Order: sequence, then structure tokens, then C-alpha cells
Amino acid sequence: MFLINCPYCGERDQSEFVSGGEAHIARPKQPTELNDDQWAEYLFMRKNIKGIQFERWNHAHGCRKWFNVARDTSNDKIEIIYKMGEQPPKL
Amino acid sequence: MSKNLRINNKQFVDETRKLSFVFNGKKLYGYKGDTLASALLSNDIHLVGRSFKYHRPRGIMTSGSEEPNAILQIGNDDALTEPNVRATEIELYDGLICNSQNCWPSVNFDIGGINNFLSPLLPAGFYYKTFMWPASFWEKYEYFIRKSAGLGKSPTKQDPDMYDHRYMHCDILIVGGGVSGLIAAKIASDDNKKVLLLEDKELLGGSLIYDDNDISKIDNQKSSEWLKKLIENIKNDKNIIIKTRTSLAAYHNYNFLLARQNLTDHLSVNDRNNKIRQRLYKIRAKKVIISTGAIERPQVFHNNDRPGIMLASAVKKYIDYYGVRCGLENVIFTNNDSAYETALSLHKSGTKLNAIVDIRENSSSEIVNKVKSLGIQIYWNHTIANTKGYKRINKVAIMKLNDKGNDVIGKKIELNCDCLAISGGWTPMVHLFTQSGGKLKFDNKDNIFVPDKTNLNQLSIGSAKGDFELDDVLKNSIKDTKKFLQIENSNYDKIDVQCSKEKEKKNIWLLPSDKPLSKTKPFLDYQNDSTAKDIKLALREGFKSIEHVKRYTTTGMGTDQGKLANMHALGIVADTTNTNMGDLGTTTFRPPYTPLTFGTIVGRNVGQFFDIFRKTPMHEWHVDNNAKFENVGQWKRAWYYPKDGETMHDAVQRESKAARESSGILDASTLGKIDIQGTDANEFLNRVYTNAWSKLQIGKCRYGLMLNEDGMVYDDGVTTKLGENHYLMTTTTGGAANVMSKLEDYLQTEWPELDVFLTSVTDHYATASVCGPNAKKIINKIFKNLDLSDESFPHMSFKEVKLGNINCRIMRISFTGELSYEINVEASYGKYIWEKCIEAGKEFKITPYGTETMHLLRAEKGFIIVGQDTDGTMTPVDLQMDWIISKKKYDFIGKRSLYRSDTIREDRKQLVGLLTDDPNEILEEGAQIVKDENKKPVNMLGHVTSSYFSPTLKKSIALAVLKEGKKLKGQKLLVPMIDKTIKVTVSDTVFLDKENERING
Repeated sequence: MFLINCPYCGERDQSEFVSGGEAHIARPKQPTELNDDQWAEYLFMRKNIKGIQFERWNHAHGCRKWFNVARDTSNDKIEIIYKMGEQPPKL
Repeated sequence: MSKNLRINNKQFVDETRKLSFVFNGKKLYGYKGDTLASALLSNDIHLVGRSFKYHRPRGIMTSGSEEPNAILQIGNDDALTEPNVRATEIELYDGLICNSQNCWPSVNFDIGGINNFLSPLLPAGFYYKTFMWPASFWEKYEYFIRKSAGLGKSPTKQDPDMYDHRYMHCDILIVGGGVSGLIAAKIASDDNKKVLLLEDKELLGGSLIYDDNDISKIDNQKSSEWLKKLIENIKNDKNIIIKTRTSLAAYHNYNFLLARQNLTDHLSVNDRNNKIRQRLYKIRAKKVIISTGAIERPQVFHNNDRPGIMLASAVKKYIDYYGVRCGLENVIFTNNDSAYETALSLHKSGTKLNAIVDIRENSSSEIVNKVKSLGIQIYWNHTIANTKGYKRINKVAIMKLNDKGNDVIGKKIELNCDCLAISGGWTPMVHLFTQSGGKLKFDNKDNIFVPDKTNLNQLSIGSAKGDFELDDVLKNSIKDTKKFLQIENSNYDKIDVQCSKEKEKKNIWLLPSDKPLSKTKPFLDYQNDSTAKDIKLALREGFKSIEHVKRYTTTGMGTDQGKLANMHALGIVADTTNTNMGDLGTTTFRPPYTPLTFGTIVGRNVGQFFDIFRKTPMHEWHVDNNAKFENVGQWKRAWYYPKDGETMHDAVQRESKAARESSGILDASTLGKIDIQGTDANEFLNRVYTNAWSKLQIGKCRYGLMLNEDGMVYDDGVTTKLGENHYLMTTTTGGAANVMSKLEDYLQTEWPELDVFLTSVTDHYATASVCGPNAKKIINKIFKNLDLSDESFPHMSFKEVKLGNINCRIMRISFTGELSYEINVEASYGKYIWEKCIEAGKEFKITPYGTETMHLLRAEKGFIIVGQDTDGTMTPVDLQMDWIISKKKYDFIGKRSLYRSDTIREDRKQLVGLLTDDPNEILEEGAQIVKDENKKPVNMLGHVTSSYFSPTLKKSIALAVLKEGKKLKGQKLLVPMIDKTIKVTVSDTVFLDKENERING
């Protein structure tokens, strides 16, 4: 059970949060310009890596804010937490 | 008691409190302070169970949680009985009833014991190999396998006990109240840390507290005396919270741990009333210190499993702590110095020790020299080649080892014994460390795995870390704790410790016998009956990974989880394959460390607290009016209101007829409601719904359909424009929370530039929906000054009015196809407004209807229910709802997906209506639809999603999803059922009032 440091509320138990999958997949601004393959790339394709993965988390049973988490999937260590809209840090 | 097995005047057993208990129907006695195991042993009972596979007689082997054999059925009550309880862990209480498991008719005469003689036919993988073929016989095999699997009996009635959960937070959590844990607790407390100390036994102190030899000393005091003072000190320490009878079950990431405390299991049944039985602590610790100690290993030799064969440390504990002799003629078999402590305890208690058999050539440590000086016979460089005695050991045959230690030489010597104390060295309890993700390293010197790397803020100390001698335990615990807590000095820096130091070490994983291995039974895992032979067979058959060997031979898979067996299994694999044990690795240790009852896991979440449920403000009225309820999401919704013993069908027919012919009323409070405000609210709606919202005027309502980004229908509902930048969105009852979080997600992550705020107001309002031809008259009676004319208050519009002081939002919207008004009031007025409607509607025979009638009424109109007629694979086009997709909008959620190659396929499943050829035949929801049922395999074209008998149309109607359904209108198809085939015709989805005339009354 993780202890997650919500950037708005502080450290809280994982049970207050939900994971929203891979981070930094921006919704295309002009979907109609995309062919099926390009749209499928946005819609379906997600990484599943061993190592540091950038993910979105939501403090669902708290402030309801979304934020980004860099987590090492091999040991679940959270390396860094940063707000929505911020660029992923170099790790 | 014919034999004199009790040693009097032991401090931990209260001989003034005699307790009676019943074992296998026989009444016996023990004392307060005994465990069930020590009480049985004091009655000269070793044989307590039969092994799992061969049904061999087995006795008490240990004194702790590693016990593989003495697992009993406690209690004989259908609700309270508990299987697989370790006799070594349960404290004796007055009136305890226990029985042996896995034997029939009795533990003394067990029919299954024949398996012992069939054992050459039952090698590892026997079940896998034998019951593979023929496949059609599986059902017959299963009956017998199920019968021979499992040990105890589960309770058959509901657990009447109370269980509790509690959160705990601390600076330092210390697991294990032995000497190393205690000293770490004191050091941490002296540094002003909040300490939580867990001990699974009744008393603190671990094994040192009953240590009775004169060799080990701390600060020139007898070590146990020194320890008692430390414990007193700790008990009075305000920084330290102590929880005894509390065992750690699981160590999760981020220092989150679960511990279970026994609160009443040691009390007699009558004293347990209204007390919480067990408590589960959910602990979040800043730092964790593991001081769980070590468990002694047995040795692996031929027939090493007879009753009376016990761990040397257990024999010592039964004497020194419980005052119980495990036998009157003892032999010790060891490969290390620790068993010599048992020798001293036997000697001191005046118990006969016939000999010590040691596989080492010699040892000259202080403790061994002391034993030598007592004149006790020691057979150096000898092993036990065999043992005798079916239900209790009576002889051991010993032989000399050859130079390599892989064979025996010379003459066999037989020694009498009724108790054989064995010691094969010690294994640190690293279970918790590895559960938490820590990596182990192998220590070649002691043949143990010790904690190495961890990502967590944790420390292992004492014998859990691999320190076994008292000076190492104390000095390293002090040093490591100080470093871990970043402390310069402690009060224990000058501690003086004296103890015997072991100099000679020798370890043989599988001891030789004069018989060939194939003729012997050297057991590794006592509970699962796996032997060294099974391991070798698995290796011969090509299994290499230790995880595969474990599963093939079931070594370490019993309720003891291989606490005794695992190291020997690894050792034998390493020896056989010429591998270093460190390279083999260990099998994975998984929580719980010791089994938990289901009651402890669920805690208070039983019965009505199993899951939360939500009630509408009108709930009591529905209850008073005989409503039957159904669960929709977490809500309890009125399902139908049976009158005078009506069936559901009858009630629904009556309710729906009333709604169509005069008036009906529905509690619609459960619909999700989201308040949307902000200057970009309109733009937001345009982006989340498929249809256009730009031209919606204040006071008007509009139906919207929401898709997922993959183009599939996600939710629907009516949204009302309350003000220029203010909307009230309704969602489906079950989808409310998900819609809310999805919208919030888009707002925060994709469109942060939009000025929009969302508030969930589902609970803030109660909604009564009045429908039917007389709805307008009823509303008019309640709101006398409200203009209800179609010009002033048309369909799909909204008005805000007051009823006295109550603010009412009235929407004229319809899910039934009838003229219909939804009155929304603040939740606390919900029941008032509902009763007001019932009162006003009396003269029109207003009829409350539930969700079932609502479903029927909307199905007559062909309105979908998201989640019933859709399943996450339906696009709006599939639903024949093309009209709701805006052609003008550049983008909305899911738009691009509506023309992916897959979503534009014409042979997708599409929503259609179905009419049965026999109008009285009602289809079953979920029934498959086919064209030809004779051509195998039968081609499934789709299935029925909604089906009802319409009293208004006097025929059965159904909605269905059907491959290429749009093209199939008018086609005859078949719905095959188990006893008949129903003929149907594909129809339009709207069955009633295609012209929408009823909507205006």
C-alpha cells in the first residue's frame, strides 16, 4: 500500500487515490486530421516498462486533483510527484 | 498421569489454576500458562495427527508457529469450530475441546494409514500424472481427490464473533519482543521516538527469558534476570506501546504492515461474551525494526517424523518454560552447539539423557565442555540411520559417518528413547523482510539466507539477521539500531556479555543411512509428506527452478508454509545439481506469515455493513408501502410495490397501466446530478456530449449522449440550463461517480484553459417524477399559481417555483413517453413533496411505480438504458441514434472513433426491436438469437437486452442487439431456449406512440 504525497494535501494512503494510467499522452488537438493508425496510437497504445514509468494519479477521495507520478515499476518506489501541465523531470 | 512429566515450581505456569480440556473425547488437565501442546505433552500425548498423504502418525514437533504436525480442530460448535489451529500457539483455557484432523476413524487407528504402505505408488506428482487421463473420468476422480484433500472442517454457520480493525502510526515499529527487539525499543525510546512493539506470545522476552544456564551473563547477572529488569523498564516507558499476543501477518511496501492481535482466544468460552475476538492493526511506520528471531531446523534422516521426535529448542522450552518433560528417556541429535543447552536443561531438571549424537568430529566450546564434564555420553561423527516405534519413537539406530559424510560405516548401535531432540542449526526468520521486497544473500558459513538489500526504511537485528550468539545479538543490535536511528550514544554502549562461542560447524542436508535412499523416508515437509526422494525425483524429471520443484513436490506448501522444510529442500537441490545455494535463490515468501481467519480480515464489514448502501429521502415511505427494492450501484431503489400478494409481473402490469391511463409517480432521486458553472460551461458541454448545446436557452432542457474516446456510449441524461453560465447535468444512477471523475479528468488534464467548475449534487436534491395523462392536473393542484400551459411550460423546459419556503425546480421531461414533471427539492423536503404528490394525486389514483415499471414504460418507447441495452461496445450509430451526433461540431469526446474502420463496419451488432410470433411469449433477457439452429456450429447473431409484456399493447416486446440488425427489419429469426424455440420477428425499436403525442397529455 503506497504512501502518496499529494501535491495539494500531503501524504495520504493509497486507498484515497486512483491510478489513471500512463502520463503525458496528450489528446490530439485535431483528431479529424489523423488517420486510423495515428488515432489508434493515441487511443490504445500504452507502454508497460520495467523501471521508471510516468503515470497519472487522482486524489479521488480527497481533493479530486490529478497529478503526475514517476514510479519505478520494479519496486514501486515513487521517485517524484509533479503537477499536471509540468514537464516530466529527467531521471 | 502415570509418568512424572511435570516439573513443579515453574514461574510461567500457574499450578494453582488447573484447567480441564478434552482431546479426542478424553478429558485431560493442564495449568494456566500452558499451551495446548504443553498440556498434551504433560499428559504424555505426542501422537496428535496424521500426515496429509501417507497418514503417518505425527506428534508435536515444535513450540511455535513453525509447527507442521500438531494442527487441530478446535471447538465442536458448527459456528465457532476452527480448523488447522496449531496446538503450540493456542493458550490452554478451561473447557477447550480439540480433535485430530485428517484421520478416520481415529488418530490411533486411521484407515488412510494404508497409504503409508502404498507410498512407493504415490511419488511426487502422483496426482498430476495419474488423473490426467482419460479426461472424461475427471468428474469421477474429482470426488475422491476432494475427499482426500484438505485437513480440517470449516465452520458451517455464520461466525458470531466480533472482529475489529484499527489504524496505528508510529516512528519505530519493532516486530518481535525478544532481547534484541527489547533493547532496540529502549534505545529508540531513550531517543524520544514513539515506539510500537509487537510480540506474538503472551509474554515479552523471547527465548532468553526462560534461559536457565549459568554460562551466559549480561553485566555479570544471569541473562534472564538482566532481561526481566529491562522488561519492567520497558513496561513503564510512556514512549513504548506494547501489543502482546499480536503477530505480524504482512509487511507491505512503504512500511505498511498488518498485525493480528488475539484478544479472547486464551479465555474460556464463557468469558468471551461481547468481547472483540481479534483485532487487525493496519500500521504505517516511519521505520521498522525486524527482530523476529530464528527457528531451529530439523535434520533430514530416515524415519525422522515419528511422534516423540522434536526440535531440541522445543524440548528445552517445554522443560524450562512450561515445566514439562517431553520424554523420560531422551536422546539428542545435533550438528551444532545449541542443542547442548537442551542437554543442560534436561540434566538440570533431572530428566534422563541417554546420549547425544553429533555429526561433528568434536567441539570444545564452553557449553560442550560443561556437558562433557557431566559425563553424558556423546557419539561424535555419528548419524541416526533409522528410528523405530510406529506411534511413538522407542529406539534410534546410530552409525558412524564416513569422511565425506555421504555414507555410514561400522556397526549399528541402538539406543532407547521416547523423545529424540533434533537440531540442524538455525534459520533466521526473514519472511517479513522478503515480503517487503528485500533481497537476501546466502551466508556460506552458517548455511543461511540473511537480509541484504532493501528499498524501505527498515532494519533486521538479532537472530533474524543471522546473529545467534548472545554477545553478537546484543552488541550488533545496539550498534545497528544506533546507526539506523542516527544516534551517537546509548545507555548500553558498555554492555558486558559473556556466552559460549561455537567453534566447529558441520552441515549435511541429507544424512546417509545404511539403506539405499529409495528404501528410506527422510522427510522434509512433514505436513505435505514430501521427502528428499521426491526432490531428487523432481530433479531427475527435469525440474530446475526451485519454484517448480516446490510446486511439483508440494514442499513448503502446507499451512506452515515450509518454515521447517525450505532450507533442506534448497540444500538438497544445490547438492544434487552442484549449485551454490546462493545462486538457487529461495521460493517467494508471501503474506500472511501465519494464517488469518476470515473474520479478522473483514472486521466490522459484515452483515448490513458488508457494503455501504444509499437510501433516498423517500426511502421510509417506500418501505411503509410494501416496496420491494433492487440494488442500483450503491442505491436501494424501489423495484415494485406488490399489493395483496401480487407477483412482480402482476404488480408491474398494474403500475404501468396506471401510469399510461391516469398517473404514476417515481422516486428519481438516485439519478446522478452534477452542477456545472463557469463562463465556458456551454463549450464544455459541447465537448463532452455528441450533440450541439450552443443554442440551448435558459430554462430549457436537452438530452445528451456521452461517449468514451473509443466512440462507445458511456452515459446519457438530461441537462438543464439554469442560468447563463449555470447548468444541471443528470447522469445514470450507476454511472454518476464515474461520469463526474471522467469530466473532472478532462477539465484538469486536457482542457485546463476552460473556466468550468463541477460539483456533485446528487445527494443534495430529491426528485419525484409524476407522469401520465393526469400529471398536469396533479401538479396544478400543488403549484396553484404555476402556468402549466404548453406555451408557457412546454416539453423539455424548466421552471423554478416556491412551495411555501421550499424551492422547487420542476423539469418537464419524460422517460416514459407520457406527459411528465420532475420536481426537484432540497433533499430534506423529499419525503414532504412526495407525500404532497400522493395526496394531490389521490383522486386520479396516482400509483407509485418502481424501476421495473420504469424500464417497461421506456422500452415501449424504445428509449435505451445505458448498461442494459449497451455494454461498452455500442456506438450511437449501432443504437440507431445517428440523430444525436452533431455534424457541425469539429470535435467531441469519441468523435474521431466513430469513423474508425471497425466502427463503420455495417455488420456490427445494432439495436433492434423484437416481437414474438406468440404475443404472450416473453423472451428471456440475455437469450441468444439465431437464424438457423440446425447448422452446427450455430451462428449466434445477437442477444435480447430488454424484454417485457406490455399491458398497454397487450403483447410481449423486446429490445435486442443483432448483427446487421438495421437491414433485418421484418425478418423471422429464432430464439432457442432450453425446452423450446421461440419464433420472433425483427421490428422497429419504438413500439408505442411513434408520433410522440402522449408527451403532451
